[in-house]
Amino acid sequence: MSLRPTLNQWFRFAWPPFVAVLFFLTAWEAAVRFFGVEAWILPSPSVIAGEASKSAESLWMHTLSTLQLTLIGFAIGSSVGLLVACVLHLVPLLKSALYPLLILSQNVPTIALAPLLMIWFGFGLLPKIIVITLVCFFPVAVSAMDGFAQTDRTMLNYMRMIGANRVQIFRKLEFPHALPSLFSGLRIAATYSVMGAVIAEWIGAQKGIGYYMILQKSAFRTDRIFAAIVIIVVLSLLLFLLVTLVERLVIRGGRRSGNTEGGELR
Amino acid sequence: MSKSEKENRRIGRGAEAGSESDAPIKLELSGLHKSFGSKRKPLPVIGGVSLQVHEGEFVSLIGPSGSGKSTLFHLIGGLLQPEQGEIRLDGRVINGERGHIGYMPQQPALFPWRTIEDNVVLDHEVNGIPRRETLDEARRWMERAGLAGFEQAYPHMLSGGMQQRAAFVRALLSPHGLMCLDEPFSALDAFTRSEMQTWLLDIWEETRRSVLFVTHHIEEALLLSDTIYVLSGRPSAVLRRIEVPFPRPRREEIAESPEFLALRRELTGLMKEEQRKTRSSDISGIL
Ligand SMILES: Nc1ncnc2c1ncn2[C@@H]1O[C@H](COP(=O)(O)OP(=O)(O)OP(=O)(O)O)[C@@H](O)[C@H]1O
Ligand SMILES: [Mg+2]
Repeated sequence: MSLRPTLNQWFRFAWPPFVAVLFFLTAWEAAVRFFGVEAWILPSPSVIAGEASKSAESLWMHTLSTLQLTLIGFAIGSSVGLLVACVLHLVPLLKSALYPLLILSQNVPTIALAPLLMIWFGFGLLPKIIVITLVCFFPVAVSAMDGFAQTDRTMLNYMRMIGANRVQIFRKLEFPHALPSLFSGLRIAATYSVMGAVIAEWIGAQKGIGYYMILQKSAFRTDRIFAAIVIIVVLSLLLFLLVTLVERLVIRGGRRSGNTEGGELR
Repeated sequence: MSKSEKENRRIGRGAEAGSESDAPIKLELSGLHKSFGSKRKPLPVIGGVSLQVHEGEFVSLIGPSGSGKSTLFHLIGGLLQPEQGEIRLDGRVINGERGHIGYMPQQPALFPWRTIEDNVVLDHEVNGIPRRETLDEARRWMERAGLAGFEQAYPHMLSGGMQQRAAFVRALLSPHGLMCLDEPFSALDAFTRSEMQTWLLDIWEETRRSVLFVTHHIEEALLLSDTIYVLSGRPSAVLRRIEVPFPRPRREEIAESPEFLALRRELTGLMKEEQRKTRSSDISGIL
C-alpha cells in the first residue's frame, strides 16, 4: 500500500470543507466590518488571530496544561471503560444487573456533578480526572460491550466446537472482533475528554484553557474567548486524529481487518 | 504424509470400495433427539437420528433445508446437548463435550484479522500445540490447496473458493480424527463447486480421514461418499442409508454411468417428496 493514493484521497476529501470554512470566515470578516459590530460582542477573525498571536505565550502555557489534563483523563477514563466492559462481558450475571443502571446513569448530567466533586476532593488533579473519567468512560464501555456482544455467531461456534475455553474465545475472537467498535467509542471519548477537561477547569483551576476563558469572560475579552474556543476545537480534532491513527496501526487490512500481533491479546 | 499412509494401510483399503463395515466405527449416533423452542411449545428438530461413520469412511448427509443438519453437527461438536440418545466417538460417549472434532462451518468463518496461515493453524493453537510444529504441515497443505503465495494474505483478499479451501485446510489440519463439513460448497458458483469437488475427492482419497459431510447436492454426495444417509424433514430421522458402489479412486466420469444416474434418480425422487412434505407441513403450521 503506497502513501500516494491515500494522500490523494485525503486531499480530495479535505478540500470541500476547507473551502467552506474559508468562505465562512470571509463572510464573518466582511459582515463585522460592514455592519461595524463592536469587538466585545463579536470580534472579526482577523482581530481574533491578531490577539491570539499577541498572547501566544500565555495561551500556549494554558493549552499545554489542558492537554496534559485531557490526556491523563482520557487514558484513565478509557481504561476504566474498557475494564468495566470486559468484566461485565465475562460475567453475564453482573452485566444483566449493572448494564441497565449504567444506561440510566447517563441521565445524570456528569457536568452537574463537577461542583460536588470539587467539594469532596478539593481543587487538585483528582476531581478533574474524575470528571473526565465520567464523561469518557461511558462511550468506551458501551461500544466495547456492543462489539463483544456482536461477535460473529459462526466464528463463535467454530471456536467452541474446536474446544476453545472462555479465555481463548475472548482473547482470540471476541476482543479482536470488537476492536473497530471499541475505536469508534474511543474517538467519541477523545472529544468528550477535551470538553470534560475544560469544564473541570471552569469550576476550579489556576491554569488551563478553561480557567483562561473564565478569566477573560470577567474582562469581557471576547476576542480572547474566541481564541480559546479555537484552541479547544483544534485539541479535540488532534485527539480524534490521534485515535484514528492508532486505529490504523492496530487494525490493518480489509474489514478494517487487523493483524494478529496487534489484534489479539497474547 | 506418512501419517495418512499409515492410516491407509491400517484401514486396509486400496482401490476396492463400498463396504466399510470391516473398519472400526469412528462415530456413532444412536437415537438422537433434540428440540428447540419453549417447554410449552417445543419445536422438535431431530427426531431419533442414528448413524455411523467408520474409520476412514466418507459419509454424506442429505436432507431438506431446515431438517436439522447443522443442528446435528452442533450436537456432535458439543455445542448442544441432546435430550435423548448418545453420541459415541471411538466408542466413548461424548454428549456435550467439545473439542473432539475438526469442523468446517457453513460459512468459511475465517478470522479477518488473521493471515491465512494463522487462520489455518487456529485449531492447533487452541489445543496448545506450538505453532512451529504445525507450520510446515500447514504450508504443505496450503500449497496443495492452491493457496501458495497467500500465506500472509488476509481472508478478504481471497476469492470465495479460496476462502473455502482455506477453511477446509483448517479443518483438515485439526488434530482430531473426525472431520465434520457443513455444506462447504453451498456458497460457490456451479463451476467453482465442481472444481472444488474434484479437489476434495483427490485430497480425501489421499488422506482417508473419517468425514461427515452435509450437502444438498445429490451428485456431490454420490461423487464423494462411501455412504449416504438421507434425512427426512423436521423432525428429522434417517429415511434411507445408501452405500455408494463406485470404486476408488474415483473420477468425475462416473457421473455419466447408468448406475450413477439410477442412484441419482432414486435420491432425487426421495428428496423431492420430502421437500414437498416439509413445505406442506410448514404451511399447515402457519395456518
Ligand atoms: N439455536 C436455535 N434456536 C432455535 N431454533 C433453532 C436453533 N438452531 C436451529 N434452529 C431451528 O432448527 C431447525 C433446523 O435448523 P438447521 O440449521 O439445523 O437446519 P439445516 O438442516 O442445517 O438447514 P440448511 O440446510 O438450510 O442449512 C430450523 O427450523 C431452525 O429454525
Ligand atoms: Mg445448515
